[in-house]
Amino acid sequence: MTTDRRAQSAIVGAATFGIGEAPGFTSMDLAARAAIAALGEAGIGLAEVDGLFIGQPSDFLSGLTFAEYLGIQPKLTNNNRTGGSAFLTHMNVAALALAAGEIDVALIAYGSNQRTGTGGLVSAAAPNIYEKPYGLRLPVGGYALAASRHMHEFGTTKDHLYAVVRSARDWAMLNPEAFLRKPVTREDYDSARMVSDPLSVLDCCLVTDGAAAIVMVRKDWVENRKAAYLLGLGEATDHYQIAQMPDLTTSAAKFSGQRAFAQAGLTPADVDVVELYDAFSINTIMFLEDLGFCKKGEGGDFVASGVTGPGGSLPVNTNGGGLACVHPGMYGLFTVVEAFRQLTGTAGERQVSGVDIAVAHGNGGFLSSQVTAILGSNATR
Amino acid sequence: MTIIEDILPDQEYLAFLAQGKFMLQQSRSSGRPFFYPRVAEPGTGKTDLEWIEAAGGGAVYATTLVRVRPPNSDYCVVIIELDEGPRMLSRVEGVNPAELFIGMRVQAKIVPFEDQHCVVFVQDAGENPGKVS
Repeated sequence: MTTDRRAQSAIVGAATFGIGEAPGFTSMDLAARAAIAALGEAGIGLAEVDGLFIGQPSDFLSGLTFAEYLGIQPKLTNNNRTGGSAFLTHMNVAALALAAGEIDVALIAYGSNQRTGTGGLVSAAAPNIYEKPYGLRLPVGGYALAASRHMHEFGTTKDHLYAVVRSARDWAMLNPEAFLRKPVTREDYDSARMVSDPLSVLDCCLVTDGAAAIVMVRKDWVENRKAAYLLGLGEATDHYQIAQMPDLTTSAAKFSGQRAFAQAGLTPADVDVVELYDAFSINTIMFLEDLGFCKKGEGGDFVASGVTGPGGSLPVNTNGGGLACVHPGMYGLFTVVEAFRQLTGTAGERQVSGVDIAVAHGNGGFLSSQVTAILGSNATR
Repeated sequence: MTIIEDILPDQEYLAFLAQGKFMLQQSRSSGRPFFYPRVAEPGTGKTDLEWIEAAGGGAVYATTLVRVRPPNSDYCVVIIELDEGPRMLSRVEGVNPAELFIGMRVQAKIVPFEDQHCVVFVQDAGENPGKVS
């Protein structure tokens, strides 16, 4: 199906830990618990890990901290930071290093105690002299500005944003791990506290604790393990600060998606489930457009038609996403864990039937970094 | 126009603001103004940079109303698209947030910020006959 070198690798373990509230744990404790669980699921010993990838909330040398904490001496450590998409960039490096024979077992992890440990969203964003005077609240303000432009150019409405919030919540209600499992109504949405117009608190991702981890190996290591095969992975970035974004209504996901689909030899029509980084409700609309699941400007109507929710033809964010399941500061790795669960038939009540191709899409900064991974079931091996 | 050999972008930008001048940069060979100030033209790396004074005209490109707890007042933050092309974060002063719209014509104004200065915008009354964008 694909000849890209990255497609020689597979995920053979994926785990979460501490979703919601995990009082008493440090962020690194949480990452380590998820990592040990993912290795356990893969049946691979900690000592076999020779490629280590992490990016912790406020530890800029967390690759070193994590290796020390685990007591291993990896051949390769990487804590590339692109915001919440970082862990998919780690997958890119891991896949290439695996294909090159540089490493045999890659462990990618993230953990944050931001809800119980700090009481607020931990953001690495620091304004410069060209932004500081104006008091944009970050990160929400960046996404609010993009939403205002999307509404202006395409007639996207609060009805459309509500459809995103509703779809995510409907999925979360099927996920015992999800933090927000009560139904959301239009009345709830309309009365929600505004944060940065047009976005209210219900358009914003959660602030929770949580950790995730995955284990990647070359295909020849998979043997009889449950596996999700990497078929393509594309990265793209076109700005950092929101005012520098070339077009506020089209993200670099357009290019990361094109690269990933080209590597995989697939098109959006081949995809069975989509797990994307919904830091804010507008993200789901923009990324579905940019990745090619609908035309630019039609994302709002696409979601409002009901196709992304339970029972829909293109299930999106089947765990409830950052809006309703978990958002410990950086969410990207959770898209990969949920894709793995859907591809391996381990998603419980929310399992979508016949999933062979899944997209996991990470976003970082203020729509700044976009990374698209296309993963396949055993049938695609 | 001044050709800058050893440009110190932030310092020089702020020094111009203190003199009442809102300056952009451009490469002399490319001729494309850019903002924010840098040591090389974005995309090309060209270093034949000069400062040019912005005409100050522009239009609102995107808006958000930042909600704050009373007794503080909610306030707007906008992205302005300058007539020269570059976009910048700013605010529009003297306009009720409900009256602010994308496409509104605005004019730059330099105001004090902390111990420095920054560029804000005011509605360009002469160029806003109606709510058209």
